[in-house]
Amino acid sequence: MSHNANHAVSHGHGHDHDHGHDGHHNMEALRQMGFWLFLITDCILFGTLFATYLVLHNNTAGGPTASELFEMPGVIAETFILLTSSFTSGLAVLCMHKGNKNGLIGWLIVTIILGASFVTLEISEFLTMIDEGAKISTSAFLSSFYTLVGTHGLHVSVGLVWMIALIVQIARRGITPVTTRKVNIISLYWHFLDVVWIFVFTIVYMMGVM
Amino acid sequence: MAQHQTHSHDEHESHGSLKSYVIGFVLSLILTAIPLIFVLNDIVEGTAANVVLLVTAVLQFVVQLFFFMHLKEEKKPRWNLMALILGLVIVLVIVIGSIWIMGNNEVYQ
Repeated sequence: MSHNANHAVSHGHGHDHDHGHDGHHNMEALRQMGFWLFLITDCILFGTLFATYLVLHNNTAGGPTASELFEMPGVIAETFILLTSSFTSGLAVLCMHKGNKNGLIGWLIVTIILGASFVTLEISEFLTMIDEGAKISTSAFLSSFYTLVGTHGLHVSVGLVWMIALIVQIARRGITPVTTRKVNIISLYWHFLDVVWIFVFTIVYMMGVM
Repeated sequence: MAQHQTHSHDEHESHGSLKSYVIGFVLSLILTAIPLIFVLNDIVEGTAANVVLLVTAVLQFVVQLFFFMHLKEEKKPRWNLMALILGLVIVLVIVIGSIWIMGNNEVYQ
């Protein structure tokens, strides 16, 4: 009974919001905030992986150490590529708010190309490391390293697929309140991934080679 | 007309401008270059290097939040900011707590 009452109340509330011109906008704003909350939980996920890495990074079990393994030129390139892609995803949002559909799609494509080069560089870096005998099973250091950096790389890869799907949707439907919210969300996601990478770069790579 | 002006002003406020994105990008580039120059050329070492690295990383986080993610322009009540602070507290407790506990583990074994 009380469940029913709750349902009625929440329904009435939602109905209230849907009224008038602003209703739709409020709903999209609420959805955007929901995504923000997801990003916070994702932040905690990365926090646990960073904690694991920080605890285990000296346990190399006789295998290669961070300073022997990491090739900084590739990592520095990855950092600047991701940083630039974070900027271009922001430019896509700017174009969207000016109603420039082609600009929006163009900057999203630039972001995808940069993101794809980031993932390619990262995969080739992993493959080189594995060739050198630094597998995920070699030591606790490498297990936590591949889990942390790999989870970030997976996030970027998922973002790429998502962005391609979004471009198809924008091309078909144009800039609507729904696609606007989706572009805002994916640009937040992309900036978030850049922030996570800054800490990967700092804590894993820079402190590793120091 | 006046209404239109207000509307475009609102848009401008909540989504940033080209200027704010460019400033954010340039600041990020500088904040990435500083640790590279200082640490890879061994200008700073040990604890000082760690401090430089962490400070520039945190500053860059702040730059991204303000210039790219528009946290500053959020209207009251600032739920996004509050959720972020809660998340950061949890992350810091997990990270610092893990290092602290596991560090002691090694001492007592």
